[in-house]
Amino acid sequence: MPEGAAVAASKDAVVRVRGLHYGFGSRKIFDGIDLEAAHGRVTAVMGPSGTGKTTLLRLITGQVAPAAGSVEVFGREVTTLDTAGVYSLRRRMGMLFQNGALLTDLSVFENVAFPVRAHARLPERVLRQLVLTKLHAVGLRGAAELMPSELSGGMARRVALARAIVMDPDLLIYDEPFVGLDPVSMGVIVRLIRDLNDALGITSIVVSHDVRELASIAHHSYLLSGGKVVAHGTPAELDASPLPIVRQFMSGESDGPVPFHYPAADYHADLLGDGKERPRS
Amino acid sequence: MIGDTLSRIGRVGIFLVRVLRHAGVVFTEPRAVVHQIYNAGARSLVIIMLCGLFVGMVLGLQGYDLLQRFGSEDALGVAAALGLLKELGPVVTALLFAGRAGTSLTSEIGLMRATDQLTAMEIMAVDPLRKVVAPRLIGGIIAMPLLVAVFNVIGLFGAQLIGVQVMGVDTGAFWSQMQGAVELDDVNEGIVKSFCFGIACSLVAVYEGYHAQPTAAGVGLATTRTVVISSVLTLLIDYILTAAFLGR
Amino acid sequence: MKPNRSLEIGTGLFVLLGFAALAFLTTQLPGSGMRLGAAQGYKVLAKFDNVGDLKAGSPVSMSGVRIGRVEAIAFDATDYRAEVTLRIEPQFDKIPDDSDASIQTAGLLGGKYVGIGAGGSETFLADGGRIEFTQSAIVLESLVNKFFANFADKGSSTGTAAEPAKE
Repeated sequence: MPEGAAVAASKDAVVRVRGLHYGFGSRKIFDGIDLEAAHGRVTAVMGPSGTGKTTLLRLITGQVAPAAGSVEVFGREVTTLDTAGVYSLRRRMGMLFQNGALLTDLSVFENVAFPVRAHARLPERVLRQLVLTKLHAVGLRGAAELMPSELSGGMARRVALARAIVMDPDLLIYDEPFVGLDPVSMGVIVRLIRDLNDALGITSIVVSHDVRELASIAHHSYLLSGGKVVAHGTPAELDASPLPIVRQFMSGESDGPVPFHYPAADYHADLLGDGKERPRS
Repeated sequence: MIGDTLSRIGRVGIFLVRVLRHAGVVFTEPRAVVHQIYNAGARSLVIIMLCGLFVGMVLGLQGYDLLQRFGSEDALGVAAALGLLKELGPVVTALLFAGRAGTSLTSEIGLMRATDQLTAMEIMAVDPLRKVVAPRLIGGIIAMPLLVAVFNVIGLFGAQLIGVQVMGVDTGAFWSQMQGAVELDDVNEGIVKSFCFGIACSLVAVYEGYHAQPTAAGVGLATTRTVVISSVLTLLIDYILTAAFLGR
Repeated sequence: MKPNRSLEIGTGLFVLLGFAALAFLTTQLPGSGMRLGAAQGYKVLAKFDNVGDLKAGSPVSMSGVRIGRVEAIAFDATDYRAEVTLRIEPQFDKIPDDSDASIQTAGLLGGKYVGIGAGGSETFLADGGRIEFTQSAIVLESLVNKFFANFADKGSSTGTAAEPAKE
């Protein structure tokens, strides 16, 4: 599928990335990426490990600046914003980190209440209702008084999700939300992501390499490899794609366009020789 | 190498300015600052008092031994007081502070960095410099002079314990000679030093924690650096201030 | 960071302790430092030719017992002498008004102090009284100068004595 051309230039794209280039020194992480997250939809970003999916998120939240290209969020160009502008943009976003990133010295309740206390002056009763409602949405209202150290990985992630939605953001970003979860917790998170998206009418971007889970919830998926978008479309379209890289990724084959062997010297020479040959890259 | 050191000093300086811009946190979030004064100060109290006692007692012993060679044992109070107030109190307290409170600050902030808590705050549009770093820096700066004062008082008591009770120096002579020889300037010198050391050690601790590599090894390395850099910096500043005070 | 009652109390105690220690160090230690409470006792004045390095706050003793402190040292431009104000503690109120005051040194490295030797008078010093008989501090340099001056004198006196014999 040709990059860029088939992407509908939808007027209500919440996040629009065009011609993104990013890299340090000789390592080019992104070599011209075009990507869109449509309003009210779940957009998946997939790719083999190390393709810089987390970096893409950092570019969207304004934590790092691209070498070239444009990143537009809510119609505003992130790269031109000053600190205050970036902070005001972030107030409309919620982000779920891979490890939850809950504040360890606060209880579950206080963790979810944290952004509210920081940005709004609500009477304690109203705050309590807000926090408990969000906790209820993720099924953890009963755990409100626990400390993060007492939670399992799946529960911590759900609390982090409650925290991410407490300020009713317009954009939700999930960084590898399925990593390390048992099948039950996985099922819970998967359901929550889609349900929240539909119920709250927000836009979600999910970065993951869990093809199967994403297929059940994503409206539109992007596959990144080697710094470029190699394929994008609905999960069904990707599944039917004939491209070798897409096939390898979707079916989980160990060798293909993404090689099994890390670049190394000739095998015979390495074993029989004195090991001084340089690897062929 | 010079360029590296200069740029590092510059970065620390810029960091200090950025954190101090949030100094108003003392008024907006007094609870957080109080909590940090507790962490840096109250929790260091036991080690400071113990070490103060031992240092004072050693001063008593060494001072007595030295002075009795000149027949001036009565001046033990003077020797102990001046030694503690001007040098031992501020310097030893600073080194102990770096080891106990400094490492705690560094590893705490470093761990928050490694588990993405600081990044999460940034995403929630809360400045971690205001929420996490500033209260800790201010807590350390407030705690240090208080710790030094306690160290000095306990140290004097220790010196008196050895000098008067054990060695037999006259208690009246001990205190009156001290009161005769100690000037307000000497006490001020100690207070100024303790403030400067407090700023230096607290700043190094929070800086290293904030900029630690987000891995377990990275936090460990940052903690070690805090102790080493705090110690060297304390002794360097001690030299500069001592020379400045004596030059007057 | 839950507000914890015992934590706040602990911090409060620590801060209080620290300030108490600071207060102790700044007020009780320095000789010329700030003093808590009004000065007790009565004032006695004495004039000296040379006070050496006697300081305000230096002790005043009688027979080796400390009875007060030097409160102030001022220069009197009318007779070019130092006016020393002594504050004697109230319980030592039977000092004869013809006693003498001398500035002495305590030990080798000790500071100067004012020693009062008792006189025989029946009347005692009262507040604002004056000690007439004083002896200045012994300054090492003048002692040395005097010694050499004496030595030189001895040499020239033997010379003049010899001259009349010549005539």
